[in-house]
Amino acid sequence: MKAYNFTPLLLALILLMAAAVIPLFADGYWLSIAVTAMMYIALATSWALFSGPTHYISLATGAFFGVGGYLVGAGMSDYQISFWTMAAVAPLVATVLALLVGLATLRLSGVYFVIFTLGLAEMIRNLVSWVQNNFLGSRGLYVLTDFTDADIYWMLLTVAAVVFALGWWISRSRLGFALRIIGSDEQVAKHVGINTAWSKVILFMVTGYFAALVGAIVAPRYSYIEPNVVFSPELSFLVVIMALLGGIHRLWGPLIGVIPFTLIWEGITISFPNYTTLFLGLTFLLIVYFTPTGFAGLLEKLVKAVRQ
Amino acid sequence: MGRRTFMKRLMEGATALGIVSFLAASAIAGDTIKFGVVAHKTGPLAGGEAVTHTPNIEMWVKQVNARGGLNVDGGKKLIEIVEYDDKTNPGEHIKAVQRLATQDEVDFMLSPYGTGFNVAAAPIYAKYGFPLIAVSAITNKIEELSKRFPNMFFTLGNTTGFVEGVRDTLITMRDSGTIGNKIAMVNVADAFGIELADTARPILAEAGFEIVYDKSYPLGTPDISPVIKGAKAAKPDAFVAWSYPPDTFALTEQAIIEDLDVKVFYTAVATAFPAYSGKFGNKIEGNLGAGGVNPDTPAMQNYRKEHKELTGKVPDYWASATYYASLQILEQAIEAVGTVDRSATVDYIKNNSFDTVIGTISFDENNNSDRYWSVGQWRDGVFRAVADTGMGDSVPVVEKSGW
Amino acid sequence: MDIIISGLLLGGTYALIAMGLNLQYGVARIMNLANGEMLVLGGLAAFWLFVFAGIDPFFTLLLVAPVAFAGNWLIYRFLMAPLVRRSKNQGALDVDSILATFGLSFALVGIMVSVHGEYFTYSFLADPLSILGTTVAVNRLMAFIAAVCIAGALYCWLNLTYAGTAVRAVSVNAEAAGLVGINVAKISALAFALGGAVTAAGGTLISTFITLDASIGVVFTMKALIIIIMGGIGDIRGAIIAALILGLVETAVATLIDPGLTLVAAYVIFLLVLLLRPQGMFGRRTT
Repeated sequence: MKAYNFTPLLLALILLMAAAVIPLFADGYWLSIAVTAMMYIALATSWALFSGPTHYISLATGAFFGVGGYLVGAGMSDYQISFWTMAAVAPLVATVLALLVGLATLRLSGVYFVIFTLGLAEMIRNLVSWVQNNFLGSRGLYVLTDFTDADIYWMLLTVAAVVFALGWWISRSRLGFALRIIGSDEQVAKHVGINTAWSKVILFMVTGYFAALVGAIVAPRYSYIEPNVVFSPELSFLVVIMALLGGIHRLWGPLIGVIPFTLIWEGITISFPNYTTLFLGLTFLLIVYFTPTGFAGLLEKLVKAVRQ
Repeated sequence: MGRRTFMKRLMEGATALGIVSFLAASAIAGDTIKFGVVAHKTGPLAGGEAVTHTPNIEMWVKQVNARGGLNVDGGKKLIEIVEYDDKTNPGEHIKAVQRLATQDEVDFMLSPYGTGFNVAAAPIYAKYGFPLIAVSAITNKIEELSKRFPNMFFTLGNTTGFVEGVRDTLITMRDSGTIGNKIAMVNVADAFGIELADTARPILAEAGFEIVYDKSYPLGTPDISPVIKGAKAAKPDAFVAWSYPPDTFALTEQAIIEDLDVKVFYTAVATAFPAYSGKFGNKIEGNLGAGGVNPDTPAMQNYRKEHKELTGKVPDYWASATYYASLQILEQAIEAVGTVDRSATVDYIKNNSFDTVIGTISFDENNNSDRYWSVGQWRDGVFRAVADTGMGDSVPVVEKSGW
Repeated sequence: MDIIISGLLLGGTYALIAMGLNLQYGVARIMNLANGEMLVLGGLAAFWLFVFAGIDPFFTLLLVAPVAFAGNWLIYRFLMAPLVRRSKNQGALDVDSILATFGLSFALVGIMVSVHGEYFTYSFLADPLSILGTTVAVNRLMAFIAAVCIAGALYCWLNLTYAGTAVRAVSVNAEAAGLVGINVAKISALAFALGGAVTAAGGTLISTFITLDASIGVVFTMKALIIIIMGGIGDIRGAIIAALILGLVETAVATLIDPGLTLVAAYVIFLLVLLLRPQGMFGRRTT
């Protein structure tokens, strides 16, 4: 084995510390942007853990996120269970769900897989609403806590850090090796004896776990949980878009996708308060046309240009 | 121009625009009093906000500025509205409120549309001391919320009151012999509908009603005919739907087509919208819905006239007037305090009563104004209140006779 | 009986929503997430012309279809074709087209909101009619009949004309079609434009009985995606049959079990179909 290269690790630690002190300097507004960015970083990076190596685009993020937020809401509001308990339980439920989904989707590929996950997310949303209506009979899911934006930011930062650590560990493990082969050529992987099915399912479960955990952590920020808001298909699309823009072949790819995206989104919201959606759409189009290789490609070109 | 340069220019341009709008905003800060609004211009709640909130803000600003502005600091300051679009996304909403508070430095905020958004925004409004006069928010947690957020006020009551209005109307109809005991109740499978249905079941049972058809339907159901057919088959005396705008329209249309023979037909949100009577004309004579107003007071008549004149749009017959009243309350409180002082304004709102388009409003120890019209009925093109909590001026309800 | 008739009518509505996207993805290979917004545009046109000018939606249909055809042709030519040209494989094109049409959908929503931010709903042919003992709404019936006509016309065109056969060839294998002299780019543009026209026409028709607003497009896009994948990409019959099955299932569940489970049941059927046939009902096994 070659000696460990400590530079990336050191870099990561420095970034982590820098990120950790942001709430101490940032005022409410920049902190709220940081919370949003950190949420998407955690979601997009954990999403890419599955989709990066397998090239399967999953639109189920919204479903798992919703499960996290919803269970926290229901547990706290209707059964007076503490936030911490629910935040620990919800991701486990989501993982079981992801296991079932993962097993079910093994035979699907390409766009069939994508739309399957989309349909799944919608089915879960409707099912949860129905169950709430007929059995839980809730009087409104209120998540009223004393968490500040800073608390939520630090929780999300911890999750993101864990996701990165996990991703780093996976890439160095046998699982990561197996996944790289699966990503290049699944037939070869099968021939070589890799259990492609289990590798994919385990990764999908990891994605589900983290998406639900993020959903649980963010629930106190929403304060009032409505299934149709917390199980949002738009969230699934945005996570995919940010990850793809950043590039999903590197662990830090989604990170480079999320940060500029969040800032551009913010810039447009500020500049065009009456036509926000229109200009967001136009910007999307511009990004797609002028950055065919995503922000990662852009970054690489910049770095290359600076070096010359 | 290379791609890299283009992207760089684009981002510079966007930032520049952002900076320019900040500067422009702060340049006239001295002469104006700034109110921030985070609106749903797109997304599932956009349709409702466009009818109930947005025109009221436009109208109020025009009226106040036409007489020179608000009386503060010994002179008059024009109102300036700083508005952002949250696309009906709570995360965006929170960011926008923060932005308005810290970057745009607004003096006051106007309340958002939707229970969830009022609750999500409450902590931030509380942090910066903004009074939050919630209108489009119906929640059973008024006491707990006002304890946590002492600057939050409630104007349209709680879920229980909302349901009790319907129950009382049903009891009146039963006592007069118009209807029997059988109720068909449906609800939209969204937080609002689920909560109302859940609250309604024990309340109606206690009042001696029998719910013969009790189903929910998903938000966005394209074909609601099975629901109406099912309700019809249960032979109810009354039909109650805790519904949202798209399904309110759909249920009513299907009821007309199926000729649902009930003497009481109630749909919740959007029954009070101008689009409802616009679509159905006089077929909705006798239909019941959430809200209703007393249209005969001079204040109300004037309000409706000016709304149409100043904005080109007709107000709805429910929360529109209440939202306008909340603006009046804010205006009166700010002028009474005499200067931009949020906590003094909050205290003033707590401790005083206000003369508004919906009558005299004051808030109790839970920051709740428990005076509102809960059920309205379409009568001759006007959606009149037939049930209220403390307003005292509802008209008696009549039966619906056919479509 | 109730269930069958209402279910078929609902299926017809779904077919109107999905057929256009089937052409756009099956042939032009563009995953058009702005499909729902195109539908709503058709509805907005009908609403406006009906409420402000008293024009019959069926007449608006004659206006909407060609305008949507031209508009979508332009969209393909200037927005989508560059993506097709630079994509090395279908996966990359899927990604690019998802991103671009997502942006397009935002842009269209933004435009519609500026035009009319409230709900658009009007009453047209909302009269009852009794068919075999079931009460149906005339507007839904008309939409069903229109759906049948459009589906029939499309099917005939695809199978009996030269251009239609070329379109089918491209949907099976674009490369091979190019080899036999078919101008794939032109055919793709044609299919995309036609798909857009069908969708907008569908929007005009369903606006007579469904309340729309500027932001509701995404719901229809998702429904259309489910239908075309369930039916299998490429074959128009797949989309139509999937739509009818969903309509029947949803109505059956709403009547016999619980209306709250309609969409759950629809998605369960969708998931089951894909589990049993991963390429959709009429789809070809992807290599």
